[in-house]
Amino acid sequence: MEFTRNNRQLLSKIATNDRHGENSPYFDGWKAYDSDPFHPTHNPHGVIQMGLAENQLCFDLIEKWILENPDASICTAEGIDKFKYIANFQDYHGLKEFREGVAKFMGRVGGNRVTFDPNRIVMSGGATGANETVMFCLADPGDAFLVPSPYYAGFARDLRWRTGLDIVPVDCKSSNNFRITRAALEEAYEKAQRSNINVKGVIVANPSNPLGTVLDKETMRSLVSFINDKNIHLVCDEIYAATVFSSPQFISIAEIIQDMDCNSDLIHIVYSLSKDMGFPGFRVGIVYSFNDDVMNCSRKMSSFGLVSSQTQFLLAAMLNDDEFVGNFLRESSKRLSKRHHVFTKGLERVGISSLESNAGLFFWMDMRPLLKEQTVEAEIELWRVIINKVKLNVSPGSSFQCSEPGWFRVCFANMDDETVGVALERIRQFVLQGKEKDDVSEKSKHWKKQNLRLSLSSVRLYDENLMSPHMISPHSPIPQSPLVRART
Amino acid sequence: MTQTLYSRTRSPEIEKEIAGGGGGAAMRVIVPLQGVVQGRGGLVLGSIIPCALFYFLQFYLKRNRKDTDDQNNSNSSGQNPNPRSSSYGKLSELPGLTRSLSRGLPSPRSLRGPVFVSGRVRGIVKDSDSPYYVGLRRAKEDPYDELSNPNGVIQLGLAENKLSLDLVKHWLADNAEQAILRNGKELSISQIVPYQPFDGSMEFKVAVAGFMSQVMEKAVSFNPSQVVLTAGATPAIEILSFCLADAGNAFLVPTPYYPGFDRDIKWRTGVEIIHVPCRSTDNFNLSIAALDQAFDQAKKRGLKVRGIVISNPSNPVGNLISRGTLYSLLDFAREKNIHIISNELLAGSTHGNEEFVSMAELLDPDDSDRKRVHIVYGLSKDLSLPGFWVGVIYSYNEEVLAAAKRLARFSSISAPTQCLLVSMLSDAKFVQTLITINRERLQSMYAQFVAGLKKLGVECIKSSGGFYCWADMSGLIRSYNKKGELELWDKLLNIAKVNVTPGSSCHCIEPGWFRFCVTTLTEKDIPVVMDRIQKVSETSKLNR
Repeated sequence: MEFTRNNRQLLSKIATNDRHGENSPYFDGWKAYDSDPFHPTHNPHGVIQMGLAENQLCFDLIEKWILENPDASICTAEGIDKFKYIANFQDYHGLKEFREGVAKFMGRVGGNRVTFDPNRIVMSGGATGANETVMFCLADPGDAFLVPSPYYAGFARDLRWRTGLDIVPVDCKSSNNFRITRAALEEAYEKAQRSNINVKGVIVANPSNPLGTVLDKETMRSLVSFINDKNIHLVCDEIYAATVFSSPQFISIAEIIQDMDCNSDLIHIVYSLSKDMGFPGFRVGIVYSFNDDVMNCSRKMSSFGLVSSQTQFLLAAMLNDDEFVGNFLRESSKRLSKRHHVFTKGLERVGISSLESNAGLFFWMDMRPLLKEQTVEAEIELWRVIINKVKLNVSPGSSFQCSEPGWFRVCFANMDDETVGVALERIRQFVLQGKEKDDVSEKSKHWKKQNLRLSLSSVRLYDENLMSPHMISPHSPIPQSPLVRART
Repeated sequence: MTQTLYSRTRSPEIEKEIAGGGGGAAMRVIVPLQGVVQGRGGLVLGSIIPCALFYFLQFYLKRNRKDTDDQNNSNSSGQNPNPRSSSYGKLSELPGLTRSLSRGLPSPRSLRGPVFVSGRVRGIVKDSDSPYYVGLRRAKEDPYDELSNPNGVIQLGLAENKLSLDLVKHWLADNAEQAILRNGKELSISQIVPYQPFDGSMEFKVAVAGFMSQVMEKAVSFNPSQVVLTAGATPAIEILSFCLADAGNAFLVPTPYYPGFDRDIKWRTGVEIIHVPCRSTDNFNLSIAALDQAFDQAKKRGLKVRGIVISNPSNPVGNLISRGTLYSLLDFAREKNIHIISNELLAGSTHGNEEFVSMAELLDPDDSDRKRVHIVYGLSKDLSLPGFWVGVIYSYNEEVLAAAKRLARFSSISAPTQCLLVSMLSDAKFVQTLITINRERLQSMYAQFVAGLKKLGVECIKSSGGFYCWADMSGLIRSYNKKGELELWDKLLNIAKVNVTPGSSCHCIEPGWFRFCVTTLTEKDIPVVMDRIQKVSETSKLNR
């Protein structure tokens, strides 16, 4: 039997289906960036990456620490004594010092108002792996989770792909600053019930990705009472906890349930060091569950995404260095705050507003006034112009399942000050151009009455401009190089 | 988008199965029976047939119950083989019930409904009772040390190699500072800290591919672009399982096999394992006839077989698969149109005179059947770095590679570890020395251990690879079954204080076989181990 003939039939549904959700503009933007990345001198007209939630503002602090603590890398003359122990350390519970370090760090990020038990810290392959692990533990194929939208584009993959779960969005609206309300939760829940979908829980990101806002105490309490009433789970994705740079402060769900009458077996936290410490390359994700069964189960599952013992050892030393951590957190939020200010104020000056926010590595830009009409199609059209003409990879709201078109997520912490300047200048030019065009089109409307043919040709010109061959449409079949990869 | 989400309900086939399956079959039997009874048979048949039916029903239930018990016990990880089927039935009713309850009550706390987790969680409690894990735990809690804890448990159950760690350590002491810290001058933080390709950096893939062909004595060259790197061999195997089979499909796996396979292949994927028994009369070599038989049995059970998983060198037995058998395996896979996953984790850890043949060696570049072959490798065994968690998927199938790259995101290797290993593996001279010396030490350790056991009257299967002795202790067990085997295991653990892996944890079809992992020991530990085993073997013989 020839293999190639029924090749696809021989693979699983998971290998061949689209449920990873990586065929959305969010990920297309990545491809556009990868094929033409901006560089200040080598490629000054390339695409600037503003779709990557990476915290590069404090690399220097980490670098300094690693150099000052060579023994932590276990492979220097100072650290080599530990080598034998580390190389063979294959206990999936993780190094004790590592778990203690992470628990302490999480407590510190939560304002020291709550303590985390090192014995409940479960390792996993990044927050991606942590979210998936929790889903594997809490739900069976066909079950569903409620997710307030807009939500992180990767959730489609992390929560659904291998687990076979479904996501039921809970629509949040700009009219109340995208707050999660009990009414919206109830509505989504009822709707799912009516469609015979078994809702197993709610997952929220606090601080929110893509909004960059933190949940207030009231919202959190109402969330907890909602899930408690329904006897379903609450998963809190707190991976951006330490990126909060001004008030209101971040409150961990662990703190909320301390003084609430609720079943803590329903509460689970996902954490990671990728955003807060800015080292996604270390692949550290954490599951912290208050439910013993879930903790034990996810610990067994951590075999599928363990952090190398060498990295654990390095991080244990780093996170247990109180002075460094304190200094790092202070400096990091100072730098994030400054960058956020520069960006949002710069945009305000050209008349672009954004949702007020105080956390995350991004903000939620309001481009609704620039849409031709308030539809997703118009949003995607605008996004294409931004990526192909303005050459900025920002992520459209529709890839975060936002129920209102016209919002874009802009990441601001993965570039240097110079690039920020270039990006802001490009946006300014674009908006100004748009205004001129508006004037022109108004004029052409005027002409339309007199001369129909003229206005038609001007429209066509505009379209051709959009389609010009040297620009890469995100939907064109760009060959998928091995470098094309989905990232946050 | 949201519309489609809502309209999607659970798979109709499965619901049908739950609702209909049994009922239909029963009706098919009862209706003709009624005809017989009412028509001619009268009272006699009318009473005999129901009695007979009842008897057979009892018999059937009894057999079935025994089956499931056996399965759970022999299942080292004890997990529910298919979390789907068990949970579907309950989900439709139970949550609704508690919801209505909690809504009606003023304080939800006063009546906490049970917390509904996934079907996968249920296997966990049972899992920790399996001898494999109990033994590992005991050895971890009370580890033997010649000086500080001479009465502790000696670990012979964990497949790790401590024989050549000194070599790796020396290399690190000499070179690693430069590898990671670049001599402390120009630490390239941008290679360590930010997002890296999730399936491993190209640099690391090149290094790993080079290492693999060096381990296999340059008989094959591996193409770095066919490599996907994962955080250990465990996720590598799981990812392949996810890619090649749907929940409810099955893989054929020769027994005895590595106890972790139940977790790696089955647990989260819902894929089933069909045992292909190998026997001591064949030196536990795989026979194609047994494979054929298992395939047919699976088919009869209505299972779709998607592939074969072989381990070469085998864990726990340590034997190698001959070139001839590999060719027959390929033919078998072609004939049945299924995949082959070849686990070659121990390729470099051979110690006998037999030749190791990689599956990769057999494949011609223009062979379209290459697409059904997938190799699993890792650095935990051959490089003695289990804590570094580096696993390798090497596949000839572009679609599998594409999916595996995406899936690698859930289990990728930390960048500083990649950085360090790139420089270690690129040092070809060091790698060669390591492989050669490690083989020598392995060989000497193995020979000494086998000789020691022989003195006690315990024979081992002749093997040429791996860290293990596969020993026949059936002469020491009181009853020739699993119970007898576990009694001996218990004595070894609690009286002799050595943790070994009983054959039943590896689903061995014959009782009385044990896996001794010799690479965790030093030479002077061997007499201690033999003394301890002797004590137990004497009492066992006396009791017989």
